Amino acid sequence: MATGWTRPFVVDDLTMPPMTDIVSRLWEPLAEGQPPLIRDLLDKSAFTMREAIAGFALGAVIGFTIGVVLHHSRLLRRGFLPYVVASQTVPILAIAPMVVIWLGGKGLPIWMPVAVIAAYLTFFPVAINTIRGLDSAEPRALELMRSYAASPWHVLWKVKFPASLPYIFAALKISATASVVGAIIGELPSSIQDGLGGAILNFNQYYSLDPTALWATNIVAAVLGIAFFGVIVLVEHLVVRAAPEHVA
Amino acid sequence: MSTSAAAAVTIDGVTKTFAKGGTVAVQDIDLEFQPGEFVSLIGPSGCGKSTLLRVIGDLVQPTTGTVQVGGKSAHQARLDRDYGMVFQEAVLFDWRTITKNISLPLELAGWDRSRRNERVKEMIDLVELSGFENHHPWELSGGMQMRVAIARALSFDPKLLLMDEPFGALDEMTRERLNLELLRIWEASGSTVVFVTHSITEAVFLSTRVVVMSPRPGRVAGIVDIDLPQPRTGDTREEPRFFELATELRELLRGRTPEGVH
Repeated sequence: MATGWTRPFVVDDLTMPPMTDIVSRLWEPLAEGQPPLIRDLLDKSAFTMREAIAGFALGAVIGFTIGVVLHHSRLLRRGFLPYVVASQTVPILAIAPMVVIWLGGKGLPIWMPVAVIAAYLTFFPVAINTIRGLDSAEPRALELMRSYAASPWHVLWKVKFPASLPYIFAALKISATASVVGAIIGELPSSIQDGLGGAILNFNQYYSLDPTALWATNIVAAVLGIAFFGVIVLVEHLVVRAAPEHVA
Repeated sequence: MSTSAAAAVTIDGVTKTFAKGGTVAVQDIDLEFQPGEFVSLIGPSGCGKSTLLRVIGDLVQPTTGTVQVGGKSAHQARLDRDYGMVFQEAVLFDWRTITKNISLPLELAGWDRSRRNERVKEMIDLVELSGFENHHPWELSGGMQMRVAIARALSFDPKLLLMDEPFGALDEMTRERLNLELLRIWEASGSTVVFVTHSITEAVFLSTRVVVMSPRPGRVAGIVDIDLPQPRTGDTREEPRFFELATELRELLRGRTPEGVH
């Protein structure tokens, strides 16, 4: 049934099921006698979120460390930054199987390689914005610290780091959503069935029979990303006390 | 020039040429400031007065010549935190409260918390900002922010206060009030002040001595003793002697040498 203006696309219940069908699908069981789909998806969400949060934390720490090091050395910045940029031009799907093979079977939890893949996606914006943020400290403020004979460590923690926080939080918001995407994509080559990636792969194969299951899973994945983003925004409000004119 | 160990600042043959474009900012400067003096450096923009202040503070290295602060090299004096610096902008940190802004140099000097709090309380009283301890800088007016910057510069009780056009961005009325406050603080602290300004009346009102500089390259055009009685008050600005001294400075700034100055 086609309603409204949909040209040039043909839209029917297979290409774009009604929202009401998608939502109600969540409360129907996957198969006869099983719990509703939402239960299954929530379990899988918890698994994927663990990968995403671990990957996010790992990526944030690595990204921040790279940012601090590259901020302090012009030479390293020129030599190393191109490789940091190049790392992001390699498709994550090409990296994921290698990471899974390298880290798999080493007694690590099954979700660890996936967290590393998520970290690969999240460290980059944090590294770039940390450099920019540390550079953003006012020259006058640095001159003032010099007049106090402040150590480089004090300059970093008392001036540059607080000045960089708005930049770092902008990156963390990007990384929060990217880490969920990274975790889902990372599950695909690892044959992990416990997360949303596994569910998406599975429902893909049955799309022509049951399109609403895949759509419902996508919505759950989107809600996860939005929720993670929301948590970062909340933390930002608690941590960054910017002047009113700095709050966008 | 004789180098007295007691001099607050001794500038000996200082020339500063900037690498970029070879601009000569200041040339062949010889000056000596005594402890407790309030010296203003005045001149048009481009006369190198701010550069000279930064050379004293070891924030800019002179191309030739030496600077001594309290008998030490300028570098050692900076490492020993012998001077406090105030810029044209207050340079307060938005993420710190007023109390925390004032205590920043004390944190860097490794003072413990109770000693810091005690000292900050004294400074807040000195600059009359009681009630604003836990405010953030953006909640204060420009004049109040400058008072915080002065309190911060004086918090560790330096012998020397370097001020780079601190009231240049303020309105005339706030400026005159802060001038009086600065003199009160100067008298109370007994420190030496080197004050950069481009206002003739401000220089006359505040100083015990004014160094007039001429531009491109920056040189000393003359030094004028300000023999107005202390303490200065609101009425000082209306005394005939005030106008005579202001005229003398104006003549020097125009490149003429008035009588009685050499």
